[in-house]
Amino acid sequence: MSGEPLLTAEDVAEIIAILDGTSYEHIDVQTKRVSVRIARSGDGWTQQWQHRASEAPAEAVVVAEVKPAGAQDVEGLVSLRPPLPGMFYRAPQPGAADFVAVGDVITADTIIGIIETMKVMNSVPAGVAGEIVEIIPQSGTMVDKNDILMRVRAAPQ
Amino acid sequence: MIHTLFIANRGEIALRVIRTAQRLGIETVLGVSEADRDSLPARVADRTILLGPAPSSQSYLDVDRVVAAAVQAGADAVHPGYGFLSENSRFARGVIAAGMIFVGPTPDSLDAMGDKLKARAVGLAAGLPVVPGGEAETITDARLRSEETGYPLLVKAVSGGGGRGMKRVDRAEDLESQVAMAMAEAQAAFGDPRVYVERYITRGRHVEVQVLGDGDHAIHLGTRDCSIQRRFQKLVEEAPAADIPEAQHEALRQAAVRLTEHIGYRGAGTVEFLMDAERYDFYFLEMNARIQVEHPVTEAITGFDLIEQQLLIADGLPLGILQDDVKFTGHAIEVRINAEDWTEDFRPSPGTVTGARWPAGSDIRVDTHIEIGDSVPPYYDSLIGKLIVSGVDRAQCIANMAKALGTLKIDGVTTTAPMHRAIMADPRFVAGAVDTRFFEGLSR
Repeated sequence: MSGEPLLTAEDVAEIIAILDGTSYEHIDVQTKRVSVRIARSGDGWTQQWQHRASEAPAEAVVVAEVKPAGAQDVEGLVSLRPPLPGMFYRAPQPGAADFVAVGDVITADTIIGIIETMKVMNSVPAGVAGEIVEIIPQSGTMVDKNDILMRVRAAPQ
Repeated sequence: MIHTLFIANRGEIALRVIRTAQRLGIETVLGVSEADRDSLPARVADRTILLGPAPSSQSYLDVDRVVAAAVQAGADAVHPGYGFLSENSRFARGVIAAGMIFVGPTPDSLDAMGDKLKARAVGLAAGLPVVPGGEAETITDARLRSEETGYPLLVKAVSGGGGRGMKRVDRAEDLESQVAMAMAEAQAAFGDPRVYVERYITRGRHVEVQVLGDGDHAIHLGTRDCSIQRRFQKLVEEAPAADIPEAQHEALRQAAVRLTEHIGYRGAGTVEFLMDAERYDFYFLEMNARIQVEHPVTEAITGFDLIEQQLLIADGLPLGILQDDVKFTGHAIEVRINAEDWTEDFRPSPGTVTGARWPAGSDIRVDTHIEIGDSVPPYYDSLIGKLIVSGVDRAQCIANMAKALGTLKIDGVTTTAPMHRAIMADPRFVAGAVDTRFFEGLSR
């Protein structure tokens, strides 16, 4: 076992009961494995925790982040970036047709894909009208906000 | 006796299981994805084993990898938590075939309850009322079903849970797109695209009963009301369910016990009902064959540790609690603090937490895996912690919760705490017995 029991909610409540009768604003408790600050907040109390690792971290496997190629803007084209980090899907379901293809003419409201973030499927509207010139990530690629999903030649205003 | 417990989950529930196991003197081994290697549960567990890359499909949802990791850990039991593989019978069978205990019901019970259509049939066989509806393999089936159910209707994932793969459809012209979306979500979340269609009860409350069974006998640990939901995701839960006439309340609890004994259920489970908010009629929805997110409110009013009960039952012991031993004290409310911006249509807000001041006090319990410096990865659900507050009665409990929420301060990610402050201040919530449409009427 970890040798040292964790502070429980009951322990915290007891510490607060003691502090309540004093004029102390906060108390810092530090052990080998954890530090916690219990502090006054209005007429209530707050707790802030930090646990240290109980052992050396597991073997250091470093996974290189592979970015989709072509994350640079191209002059004359609008780069469509994801509204959120997440898993990018080009089709509504496996086997279904992609939402859009290169050469498609789209409006700002056209759905160009789905971003799955925190298990929620978020439809991604193009946000710009024009023609799709390039689609960069494969379906099922993790993308972040700086990645480019597609390049669009904007329709003249 | 379980000596080494493998925890096949992440986040707050992994930490919750580790705490009880360590208190009972059980060694804990946590399987982690690459995104979670430095997480708080990983820091607190006695040992960790890397499952695989961050996406759940390659780590927490990969049956073979998780079973192999538990074997490698030398575990004699596996706790699946909630979500992920907790109700996956192939996983439970894999754990058992490898000579370990699955902390949960038998694979047969999981099959009976994991498939919501089978669950409906079992509910009917146990004499429980169910909502009209049935399976819809194709859009044509869904149209046929809609003639039985009328509109509005619900499209639900057969293997679903947590609101994913569930859509409310108000008009026939929306049915096709909503069924397609539900199937896509169900496929992504559960690896099973099947959906079914059910009548939507407009003024319904979501009331559920916590049960414990040892395969022969079952008891209940009272009710919870989880009517405050958004898109079928629970936001606030309380125990006991308020303002139900005692005769109906008891009928509900007894129906849950009857179902649990009917299937010879072993472990902790939750029997979910939809209750008509005006007439108090109730319909069996499903049984969740696992620990629930909202289990702490039941612990708060009964004093029992449900994880400990799960481990005792998994050890093969008969129920150590008699129905008469279960006494209910006071009222408890849980709010789910999610990394989401509720003013922006609940847009997820992953990131690094730079400040984590949680409320503290004798009526307060916080179940969280997030401390200063911890990250909220985009790969998993948005729950960063649960605030559970008690009071001698519901009114005092709400006042205590409002006060506790006033001191909660999380920096670095946007959370739903402000929404919970609005809910606690809403006169409809304070009055009680709200239906599942409560959220639509919440002012921002």
